Amino acid sequence: MSAAVGLADVAVGTELPEQVSRVTRADLVRYAGASRDFNVIHWNERVAREVGLPGVIAHGMLTAGLAARAVTAWVGDPGAVVDYQVRFSRPVVVPDDDAGAELTVRGRVAALLEDGRVRIDLTVTSGGAKVLSLARAVVALS
Amino acid sequence: MALDAGLVGRSYPPSAVYEVGREKIAEFATALGDPDPLYRDPVAARAAGHPDVIAPPTFAIVLSLGAGDVVVDDPDVGIDYSRVVHGEQRFTHHRPITAGDRLVATASIDAVRSVAGNDMLTTRVDLATEDGEPVCTTTSMLVARGAA
Repeated sequence: MSAAVGLADVAVGTELPEQVSRVTRADLVRYAGASRDFNVIHWNERVAREVGLPGVIAHGMLTAGLAARAVTAWVGDPGAVVDYQVRFSRPVVVPDDDAGAELTVRGRVAALLEDGRVRIDLTVTSGGAKVLSLARAVVALS
Repeated sequence: MALDAGLVGRSYPPSAVYEVGREKIAEFATALGDPDPLYRDPVAARAAGHPDVIAPPTFAIVLSLGAGDVVVDDPDVGIDYSRVVHGEQRFTHHRPITAGDRLVATASIDAVRSVAGNDMLTTRVDLATEDGEPVCTTTSMLVARGAA
């Protein structure tokens, strides 16, 4: 592993660069194909509303994958991520327009663990509301 | 319908071998808008100490989704997929998933709960090489919302 960030660079409270991305309907189609998750609530407005959703929503794992990017980009080697867990609390509704939904990811070092492992806690919001009630990565640094 | 607590511990036969391809990893990374060369360029990946391009930390969902279908489709589980939402997801990587890996997925039921009319089903999928080397453990919690 050759992470760009070393253990010497981090302390509890170290902040990761903020990451802002946008998710459009086209992104949902692309992610559906790549992940093989073709659940209709991620592309069909009619069905999404029929099952009680406010509209087409992003795949939870697309949100989680975008959030993980903030960690891998910071750490330099995605292979340094040894554990990643998320809890979905609010759907990201993706409007049928060119702008899509905004997703903001902030992260900070929350704990220094044993064996050079570091826990990163992420805060992931869309339109100011938290969409993941928990998003936590453990990275192995040297 | 509440899930039967007796389902906990049930495990399912291993999947067919899934061969991790460079193109699939690149496709997945592109779907996340992620330009990282370690997902695309074998030379860059080797320079970083990996035998070939590696997969993003959430790539294992491609395998665990498919492997988890055997649980959702189990008639004893009897979950109504149209009412299912993803509650939680965890990936524990024993090493990065790497292009060329030939992986076998084994699903099992870790927990079932019913809270306020909603059924919660926690499925674990262990990914290992066909030779038995553990690569990644995924844990997915699905919530089947009770009919209002």
